[in-house]
Amino acid sequence: MRDDLDASAPKDAVAAQLFPPWATLAARIALVSLVVLPLGLLGLLMTLQYTPYITGQSITPDQPVPFSHEHHVGGLGIECRYCHSSVETSRFAGLPPTHTCMTCHSQLWTNAAMLEPVRRSLAEGRPIRWRRVNELPDYAYFDHSVHVRNGVGCTSCHGPVDTMPLMRQAAPLTMGWCLDCHRNPAPHLRPESEIFAGHWAPPPGQEARGAELVRHYGIRTEHLADCSVCHR
Amino acid sequence: MRAALLLLPLVLTACKQEMAQQRKLGTHAAAPFWPDGTSARPLPVGVVARGALEHDRALAEPPPVTPALLQRGQERYGIYCAPCHGLVGDGDGMIPRRGFPRPPSYHTPRLRAAPASHFLEVITHGYGVMYGYAARVEPADRWAIIAYIRALQLSQGAELAAVPEAREKLP
Ligand code: HEC
Ligand code: HEC
Ligand code: HEC
Ligand code: HEC
Ligand code: HEC
Ligand code: HEC
Repeated sequence: MRDDLDASAPKDAVAAQLFPPWATLAARIALVSLVVLPLGLLGLLMTLQYTPYITGQSITPDQPVPFSHEHHVGGLGIECRYCHSSVETSRFAGLPPTHTCMTCHSQLWTNAAMLEPVRRSLAEGRPIRWRRVNELPDYAYFDHSVHVRNGVGCTSCHGPVDTMPLMRQAAPLTMGWCLDCHRNPAPHLRPESEIFAGHWAPPPGQEARGAELVRHYGIRTEHLADCSVCHR
Repeated sequence: MRAALLLLPLVLTACKQEMAQQRKLGTHAAAPFWPDGTSARPLPVGVVARGALEHDRALAEPPPVTPALLQRGQERYGIYCAPCHGLVGDGDGMIPRRGFPRPPSYHTPRLRAAPASHFLEVITHGYGVMYGYAARVEPADRWAIIAYIRALQLSQGAELAAVPEAREKLP
């Protein structure tokens, strides 16, 4: 450094100024970045939490069997509850036991290599190890039955399932996302006949219909955003 | 030294996610402790589960047929039976169309004459290549489905004279 300076600047200038001319600018930049950098870092950390990279939104995990909802729900028209049979009555939607697959695959595609893990599971009496797609941390409480019986349909949280060749996490599943609906559920509510539809878009009159449905299901929104609803 | 002490708490807020991943088994979690590898345990031999007696009682006697029962039956039939037996029960569902053995129509004289107990038996334990649905269809719902199948049988063989209002609507 010193040698550079010596070569470029006149000798008396170096003696008079220990600092080169750009030092003031550097000092200013340093001062500003002393404030901006930590703030920026903090901001980055805070926004990073809500990116799909951390929330897992849109991630499609590999499954032991490439089970296609597009095929079974969209193509064959099988209802959610044929496989997720506890969704109306319990907290847990439930994944189908191997027996459920075999109600059809004991006769259909019986030699397909794709279904080998299903047949092995039946023979060994060990369940298929599906990988979780949607998962909340253990400190958050969630219940399927209360939503499904009160006008919140599957696709409001899981996306258009009937077009998914492989299941992906459709929603961010952050607290903010839950609260967006809990503070104002009306735009998402549907009548009983539409809850299990593979895809759904609000019809033109949803605003009036939503308010009507809030009354129909007797939903009391005052306390839906209380911490103790989900952290108990 | 003192500065180092101040930094200590930072180090102690380690990355353990014990709140998010609590040390307990969730529903259907993997649990290598048991031979079948799952936390969902079957009942030990000889145990009578809570509600099992009501379950048996519900199987023994059919509930009275009401519009609500028929509606419930229609819904359950649509979920669990229609994929194979078709919406009107003629055996022309989506799954037989893709190669599954075709089930018999409910409108054959034999099944029209079959007692309700036969249908209950088929839903509970299966029949031929058809698997049983006991795990997914509650006893009360089995009766509801049977009532609905009876309604289907009636609808397919109905005489026009039985529904005089329909006559005007027909061409
Ligand atoms: C033929 C059986 C079957 C039907 C019908 C079915 N599913 Fe599934 N579903 C599965 C299986 C098997 C899995 C596990 C494999 C996977 O994640 O893709 C699954 C996984 C899921 C998951 C992800 C679970 C997780 O790990 O978070 C969601 C959400 C889901 N299904 C929603 C639905 C909805 C909504 C419907 C109705 C529109 C439906 N399913 C109909 C069999 C079925
Ligand atoms: C109600 C009947 C039924 C059930 C229950 C069912 N399947 Fe299927 N599945 C079918 C039919 C029918 C086909 C073939 C579709 C065709 O020929 O177009 C199929 C095809 C498949 C295929 C290969 C074709 C593809 O591209 O998806 C896989 C893999 C599969 N099923 C896995 C499963 C698993 C795993 C389960 C249990 C969770 C299951 N199925 C439950 C009816 C069923
Ligand atoms: C209000 C939002 C919401 C609705 C509505 C909803 N789900 Fe879920 N679902 C979730 C969340 C959140 C999870 C993750 C739960 C956890 O980790 O405890 C989940 C998990 C699942 C799973 C994995 C197994 C389980 O229960 O944890 C399946 C299967 C599933 N949902 C199917 C369905 C089906 C089928 C429907 C419609 C009948 C449905 N869901 C409606 C939010 C929803
Ligand atoms: C699309 C709308 C919607 C979303 C998204 C949603 N909820 Fe809900 N939730 C509702 C409605 C509506 C009710 C009220 C049902 C009632 O009337 O009791 C409810 C009720 C609940 C309850 C039961 C409250 C009680 O009184 O016992 C819990 C727990 C809950 N939600 C948790 C969650 C969590 C956790 C999430 C996010 C993962 C979530 N919900 C996302 C609409 C939603
Ligand atoms: C509708 C359900 C719901 C309500 C109401 C709710 N939470 Fe949460 N909360 C969640 C969910 C779901 C998560 C997990 C979010 C995630 O995994 O990103 C969470 C996470 C948190 C976390 C951990 C955040 C983190 O980044 O680790 C804290 C702290 C928290 N909630 C506090 C509160 C407080 C305080 C209230 C009341 C003002 C509250 N919550 C109300 C659903 C809820
Ligand atoms: C996966 C396809 C499938 C589903 C789903 C299914 N069945 Fe069947 N069912 C069959 C087939 C195939 C047969 C003919 C079996 C044979 O003769 O080997 C049959 C036969 C029957 C019979 C006639 C028995 C006889 O005496 O001939 C009845 C009654 C019946 N099913 C009722 C039901 C009811 C009720 C449900 C719904 C809870 C249901 N099935 C669901 C495929 C199915």
